Amino acid sequence: MLEIKDLHASINGKEILKGINLVVKPGEVHAIMGPNGSGKSTLSSVLVGNPAFEVTKGSISFYGKDLMQLSPEDRSHEGIFLSFQYPVEIPGVSMVNFMRAAVNEQRKYRNQLPLSASEFLKLMRDKRAVVEMDNKLANRSVNEGFSGGEKKRNEIFQMAMLEPRLSILDETDSGLDIDALRIVAQGVNTLKSAETSTIVITHYQRLLDYIKPDIVHVLYNGRIVKTAGPELALQLEDRGYDWIKEEVAE
Amino acid sequence: MKKGNNIIKKFTKEKYKYGFTTDVHTDIIDKGLNEDVIRLISFKKEEPEWLLEFRLKAYRHWLTLEMPTWAHLTIPPIDYQAISYYADPRQKKKGPKSMDEVDPELLKTFNKLGIPLEEQLALSGMAVDAVMDSVSVKTTFKEALLDKGIIFCSFSEAVREHPDLIKKYLGSVVGYRDNFFAALNSAVFSDGSFVYIPKGVRCPMELSTYFRINAANTGQFERTLIVADDDSYVSYLEGCTAPMRDENQLHAAIVEITVHDRAEVKYSTVQNWYPGDAEGKGGVFNFVTKRGNCKGVNSKLSWTQVETGSAITWKYPSCILTGDNSSAEFYSVAVTNNYQQADTGTKMIHLGNNTKSTIISKGISAGHSQNSYRGLVRVAEKTVGARNYSQCDSLLLGDKCGAHTFPYMDVHNETAVVEHEATTSKISEDQLFYCNQRGIKTEDAIGLIVNGYAKEVINKLPMEFAVEAQKLLAVSLEGSVG
Ligand SMILES: Nc1ncnc2c1ncn2[C@@H]1O[C@H](COP(=O)(O)OP(=O)(O)O)[C@@H](O)[C@H]1O
Ligand SMILES: [Mg+2]
Repeated sequence: MLEIKDLHASINGKEILKGINLVVKPGEVHAIMGPNGSGKSTLSSVLVGNPAFEVTKGSISFYGKDLMQLSPEDRSHEGIFLSFQYPVEIPGVSMVNFMRAAVNEQRKYRNQLPLSASEFLKLMRDKRAVVEMDNKLANRSVNEGFSGGEKKRNEIFQMAMLEPRLSILDETDSGLDIDALRIVAQGVNTLKSAETSTIVITHYQRLLDYIKPDIVHVLYNGRIVKTAGPELALQLEDRGYDWIKEEVAE
Repeated sequence: MKKGNNIIKKFTKEKYKYGFTTDVHTDIIDKGLNEDVIRLISFKKEEPEWLLEFRLKAYRHWLTLEMPTWAHLTIPPIDYQAISYYADPRQKKKGPKSMDEVDPELLKTFNKLGIPLEEQLALSGMAVDAVMDSVSVKTTFKEALLDKGIIFCSFSEAVREHPDLIKKYLGSVVGYRDNFFAALNSAVFSDGSFVYIPKGVRCPMELSTYFRINAANTGQFERTLIVADDDSYVSYLEGCTAPMRDENQLHAAIVEITVHDRAEVKYSTVQNWYPGDAEGKGGVFNFVTKRGNCKGVNSKLSWTQVETGSAITWKYPSCILTGDNSSAEFYSVAVTNNYQQADTGTKMIHLGNNTKSTIISKGISAGHSQNSYRGLVRVAEKTVGARNYSQCDSLLLGDKCGAHTFPYMDVHNETAVVEHEATTSKISEDQLFYCNQRGIKTEDAIGLIVNGYAKEVINKLPMEFAVEAQKLLAVSLEGSVG
């Protein structure tokens, strides 16, 4: 279970998150919406421990552990996964070598033996099927020359490989055509269980049609200014954010 | 990017694992360099008169030369009188006849370096000449090779046993007039390896020389001479390490290779001399002249080097493509970290018709290091149908290091086709963080990225070496990030 309390974070001395409170329980899907620049990606970066951001106040606990004490790689090993808004290319590093390192590091953290080559390749095959990813992509360098949609699909493939307890999807739907959106969303749903939680950051209801949120939050200017049920997303789709901004201004 | 900047910045831990010294009685001659010292070296090695003459000629020429300054290197002044030019760590005078005669301390040292000298323990398929300081300690599988007519022995032994071959080939590719360090080496060279592969013989195992500097305040000046006769083949490996010492140590070697008709030589180096500490203190000055002559028609020579060590590297393994249809390759990965400096590359001199050369150079710079590629492709006026392809890539970690490329083309025949490509890239914080998020530590991430980048070169190494080299690349850059 994830518990964020009064979280403040800044970059280059500029405060971006101004007191976030959020509890995500196992099995829950939370959607976070909000205008551009409101701090959604910052929140996901801080959760996974990106050192570019400085946490100035507050706490984050994950299944009882203080996340602030854990390195980014150990947060990953604890089961936190971020599907990046802008996945980076790593030329020269094959997807196979990359994923093998990732999977085996996670296993090491959990005192499991590394997978054999054949076990690993089978896992790759099985998980590729979850997002209908082409074998050709799996043989290329990490994200190198991938289209925007292919990168997003690759993020979900990696999520399938690592089976996280908490998945944060940062605008995973942007750049996807309708078919790819359906495949990716179905992939996410396949991986969901009563033990895993999901935070979906999106601007669009069309993703939430597939990945049904239990709770919807609006993040604005570094704070969660509204929390409601799935109907809130529909309202936002209809009316935009202006009415929320006005409510905040009052 | 307050904290983020730290990711690619911290230069701390020194992880050089070969930095130990061996405590053996070593016969070291007094520091200093003059004709008497050269006579003493020659005397100690019981050399014939003609070799002493060669040394003295080289020495007298050296006196007229100045250290080259054209490289992109900052070399502190070197006091050539403050160096001892001969150090013999052996108890007994002559090269040992059986294992029993090698000092157990020396065996232990090479075991510790992963180079067992007992043949039953040795790496399968690899014969080793182990050189410590100025002498060859032991050459393995010598007899087995001799059954096929292959000569693999220390240089000193070759002078005694095969004087005609040495007379014919010594200085034939790298003359003592070639450059400052070549002249110095020719005057004071101590030991090294000699290889002769007879006509039509494929050498059945990898041959290798392992160089180790042990004694303090000494220089190492070895010479390697390889001759591949018509239709022969050999793959040769060179490895080197040195203890961690605060003062710099000079290593000025020569490698000469002659490749006859249709013969092929593969020369691979994993250079891991002590690089100095994180502040740039100590480390080996590696000033080396390596050159091969593809003398025969259809001959082939390839240089593969993985350069991770040394405080300063000045080294341009080169090929003279004399025979028609001969071909040459240069595959290089040079890593510099902390305050290391490397100026390395190659020369491809096309003299024969339809000669072909390939240059693949991958520089990796981190810390405050400087890493330069310097290459020359020359096609002579009468050479028809020469081809060269060069690719020089630089990879940077951090923003305090430098990467430079100096590709020179000197093409005098219009039928030549010469292509050059160059790229510069940087490992970004975002790439490293992406790996971290997937559970991969920064150091491992750098290992993955660097090995991916250097793959083309690493793949050229013999199998056992390739695995070692991969580890070495990662270790060399350890501590280069926080
Ligand atoms: N690296 C950075 N340097 C400076 N400002 C940044 C940086 N990253 C994000 N910001 C600022 O932080 C604010 C929140 O950005 P972000 O979290 O990306 O918003 P969202 O994902 O909600 O669109 C914006 O004002 C943005 O300009
Ligand atoms: Mg964003």
